[in-house]
Amino acid sequence: MRIPLSWLREFAAVPAGATAEDLMAELVKVGFEEEEVHRPTDTLQGPIVVGQVLSIVKEAQTNGKTINWCQVRVVPEGQEQTLTGEGIDPSGVQGIICGAHNFVEGDKVVVTLPGAVLPGDFRISARKTYGHLSAGMIASVRELGIGEDHDGILVLSRIGLDPEIGTDAMELLGLYDQAAEINVTPDRGYAFSIRGVAREYAHATGTAFTDPASKVQAPAELSGGYGVKLNDDAPIYGKPGCDRFVARTVRGVDATKPTPQWMVSRLRLAGIRSISLPVDISNYVMLELGQPTHCYDQDALTGDIVVRRAVAGEKITTLDGKERTLDVEDLLITDGSGAIGIAGVMGGAATEVSDSTSNVLVEAAHFDEVSIGRSRRRHKLPSEASKRFERGVDWHVADIAAQRVVDLLVELAGGVADQAGTDVGTAPDAVTIALPAGFAAQRIGIDFTEDQITTSLVDLGALVEKNDAGWTVTAPSWRNDLETKEDLTEEIARLVGYDKIPATLPVAPPGRGLTRVQEQRRRLIQALADAGLTEVLAYPFVSKAANDTFGVAEHGAERTAVKLANPISEEQGFLRTSILPGLIEVAKRNHSRGFRDLALFESGLVFLPDGTVGTASIPPLGAKPADEVLDALYDGVPDQPLHVAAVLTGHDSPAAAGHTPRLWDWSDALDIARLAGDVLGVEVVVSQGAHQAFHPGRAAQLSLRTGEVVGYAGELHPKLLAAHDMPARSVALEFNADALFEAAADVIVARHISTFPVATQDVALVVPQAIPADQVLEALREGAGELLEDVALFDVYAGKGIEEGKKSLAFGLRFRATDRTLTADEASAAREGAVALAAERFGAVQR
Amino acid sequence: MTETLPGAAIPNPTDEAAITAAVDQAVAAIAGAATLDELKAVRLAHTGEKSPLSLANREIGKLPKDQKAVAGKLMGSSRGRVNKALADRTAELEAENDARILLEETVDVTAAPRRRRAGARHPLSTLQDRVSDIFVGMGWEIAEGPEVESEWFNFDALNFKPDHPAREMQDTFFVEPPEAHLLMRTHTSPVQVRSMLEREVPIYVLCPGKVFRTDELDSTHTPVFHQFEGLAIDRKLSMADLRGTLEHFARQMFGDEAQIRLRPNYFPFTEPSAELDIFHPGAKGGPRWIEWGGCGMVNPNVLRAAGIDPDIYSGFAFGMGIERTLMFRNEVGDMRDMIEGDVRFSEHFGMEI
Repeated sequence: MRIPLSWLREFAAVPAGATAEDLMAELVKVGFEEEEVHRPTDTLQGPIVVGQVLSIVKEAQTNGKTINWCQVRVVPEGQEQTLTGEGIDPSGVQGIICGAHNFVEGDKVVVTLPGAVLPGDFRISARKTYGHLSAGMIASVRELGIGEDHDGILVLSRIGLDPEIGTDAMELLGLYDQAAEINVTPDRGYAFSIRGVAREYAHATGTAFTDPASKVQAPAELSGGYGVKLNDDAPIYGKPGCDRFVARTVRGVDATKPTPQWMVSRLRLAGIRSISLPVDISNYVMLELGQPTHCYDQDALTGDIVVRRAVAGEKITTLDGKERTLDVEDLLITDGSGAIGIAGVMGGAATEVSDSTSNVLVEAAHFDEVSIGRSRRRHKLPSEASKRFERGVDWHVADIAAQRVVDLLVELAGGVADQAGTDVGTAPDAVTIALPAGFAAQRIGIDFTEDQITTSLVDLGALVEKNDAGWTVTAPSWRNDLETKEDLTEEIARLVGYDKIPATLPVAPPGRGLTRVQEQRRRLIQALADAGLTEVLAYPFVSKAANDTFGVAEHGAERTAVKLANPISEEQGFLRTSILPGLIEVAKRNHSRGFRDLALFESGLVFLPDGTVGTASIPPLGAKPADEVLDALYDGVPDQPLHVAAVLTGHDSPAAAGHTPRLWDWSDALDIARLAGDVLGVEVVVSQGAHQAFHPGRAAQLSLRTGEVVGYAGELHPKLLAAHDMPARSVALEFNADALFEAAADVIVARHISTFPVATQDVALVVPQAIPADQVLEALREGAGELLEDVALFDVYAGKGIEEGKKSLAFGLRFRATDRTLTADEASAAREGAVALAAERFGAVQR
Repeated sequence: MTETLPGAAIPNPTDEAAITAAVDQAVAAIAGAATLDELKAVRLAHTGEKSPLSLANREIGKLPKDQKAVAGKLMGSSRGRVNKALADRTAELEAENDARILLEETVDVTAAPRRRRAGARHPLSTLQDRVSDIFVGMGWEIAEGPEVESEWFNFDALNFKPDHPAREMQDTFFVEPPEAHLLMRTHTSPVQVRSMLEREVPIYVLCPGKVFRTDELDSTHTPVFHQFEGLAIDRKLSMADLRGTLEHFARQMFGDEAQIRLRPNYFPFTEPSAELDIFHPGAKGGPRWIEWGGCGMVNPNVLRAAGIDPDIYSGFAFGMGIERTLMFRNEVGDMRDMIEGDVRFSEHFGMEI
């Protein structure tokens, strides 16, 4: 909401020298955040005066244009030019070159004299052009920054002005005024008006407030006016769509009369463009009182006005010239011809006021917030009117607003008001709230005095009655946000001042610290960072193709994924089922910025909507749902496990003198996955894997001892890398971290540490190429028995001396007993047992 | 130096003057050896089998019995002197030699390569941990929840009326199909509702996490960002308790000089509601108040939705943006730096903020 200061001053005690900033500083105390200052003089400086065109000499130019060499009087004849400065002619007549042709000799115009500055830091000076010294400019509204009109020069007679030559044009056009733009929270519909903001200003400053409504003399009753019927047969939530409709007639209006500059300038500062006098008046009253009104061409109406819901298939052409198909829930203003307006949202084209309108019917109605909001959303028609109706308008101000429009039409458009008028509808019950004594004090922590409580509430416009238990408060009709004792408590605290609230620190019960999973997650993330990886955070929005590639192992399978109804980009309209697509995008971005050696990781949720998701309905607010309803809500939310993924490209370290960096390879991806397991105390079992996003021969499936598959690691598929313009041989891994957390032991049972000497024996086994080393090692482990402390693969060899299609695996075995020193024979026997099992399982032959 | 002293006569082992002269000669030669190699030659010349002292020593056997003892004593002490001189000089030269070798092994330490790459945490992640730790220190619990959420938890349970403009102002990402009533949470408040349903009062929880709004990414907006929200439910909690908690937190976070300010505002889930500003003495462009988040006393309808009796219990809640906190605390000028994953951004912070 933009508040022109001159307007606010009519109803609130704003000091003469106050600026928009001063105003905002006061209003922020009572809850209205500052947005922006609108002040024409920030970009516009005089001298800018009224001039009269004495003569125009048309001069054709070689470029085909014709320019006007004008003599413009800027000081009344017989008076002296009091301005001085370069380019100011002491004679009071300026020679000015002008390219526009929409004016004639004798027209009064706005002259920006040398020294003036126009928006865009356009400095006016006397300059030689087209063979003359042009000393100033004849301005258009666009050049003055007060309109978008491209029609050329602003000729003052056309906006109804005939000021004296030399008049300060900035004063004339209201350009010394300024407006403060404040943010109005959605509960405070009343503050979308000068009336509401003036009251708030009074609250903030403790100064006097004059209610603009009190300045309007509306008849106590209206009858005999235009026929209006309220026929809502389908109220929403039981509330009638329209519960008041005031209609007034003004006859003999001249709709072509120009709108006075004071009104144009206030509307402009408030952000509303001047359209025609009747429309401007309607808008002006809306801004002043908060009540939207509408002006019909009464002669274009046929029969009674009926307010009703639309029928299926009904159509209307709205003021913006668009034909709209209506919904049966839309509330309409209709006459004998059909729909003439979507109530509270936008009027119809057929009955709008035009230049030829003579008799105006003024509508000031009160509509249901929900009904208006739904129509506005349905038709995507945000308007100044719907904004106010949706948030709530004072039921009691409708007749006053209608009267104010009537008064202004009579005063400014030369009309005559009918004595008769229409006012139908029923006032809603006033809201009364019990405020128990002591409640506000307890809730806020300030020991409010009785006076503070009653004064605050009375200042708001509430009726306050003291009783034994506390107070009974009747909320003002414009405050539909006040319903509970908590609402009143906020108002009391707000008016007394939030800065008066003391600080006390409540003590929570002794806590449990972080949960085990929270600890595990932190340790995992920190371990990956400590291991040299860089944490990044990518968006979870991905394409369907990305999910189908990364979210499912089998080639050609489709990944079920969560689809967004309103994504930022349709292409990335799904939620991720894998972290990798986002990480690859981040890697590419870093590549494009010259960083090719990368080790990136991210931990984040993935979204797996397998099975039924969502609930067909949701329970109402303000009550705990039944257990089965809650269970359905819980169950309807898709599974969202925490995944951790990493992408490694290029080298493992920066190249340097004396150091040759190593290219990341598939084994690094596995190593990181195993490291993740190690820091959580969970064994990550690696086996040859197949995943369409990975190299078919260089991918590992990661699983738990239980056999549960938790992820993949290895070299990314060469075709995929090429398609993403990623370096060849880039590697990646991804695993379900929640599964690892869950697999971790609650208690680690200590292992006895034997201090007897170790016996080490090496063994080299020849096995077929296809046998995984890991399985041979496992056979050795099993076959060696209890004496084996550790076994490790230390060499893999194939080639000369080894039969084609076979490989030699060399293992180191460490034996130790817990109770004695092993003899060489015991160690050898254990080794033989190990080799025997490997031979049995894989035909392994000792070299 | 040569191995023997050419033409030298064999000294008489009883001739003290001659022997002493030979010893002096040997000691001088030893002292004159500049390298271990020279010293080796000197050693052979003066203590070798054909050296004057060795030869003289051998003569002792030929002496009459009564002279043997005198000569033996003379020769013993003489050879002792020479051997000691040799040992001393050897030690000296070896030390010199060692020192020279180590000196030759000198490297340029400034040219050492970096083989290990330090990783980095994302500062938003680090900051989230730090905020959590402050509240854990106060006895609060950390609560988390899903990012795709039921509409009821995100809106209705939080007292957003179905048709109220406040609901629309949340710029929500909805999930297909709309009939499923699922959305991406627009704040971490649904975790507060889940916390209230899962726990017994008193409840003191902090809910950090990712939230989503349909804003396009620019220098100050992002469709995905992080919040931390606090919720306390207990008997007789007041807005003064809220203020005290926020003040304590602000001081833990920004130092003892930190100040906070509350301004009236509106949120469907709190009544009264307030905007929270923090005074930032070190702000770029001079000390000033900075908008930090929203807070207020939990609306009774929110308590009712979780089955908590608002006549017995009251509570407060607050919420701040982690990106925003990082932006003004660490002078991050552009939202995109935190979003794009440029390694320079995270690596500059390392493990710290």
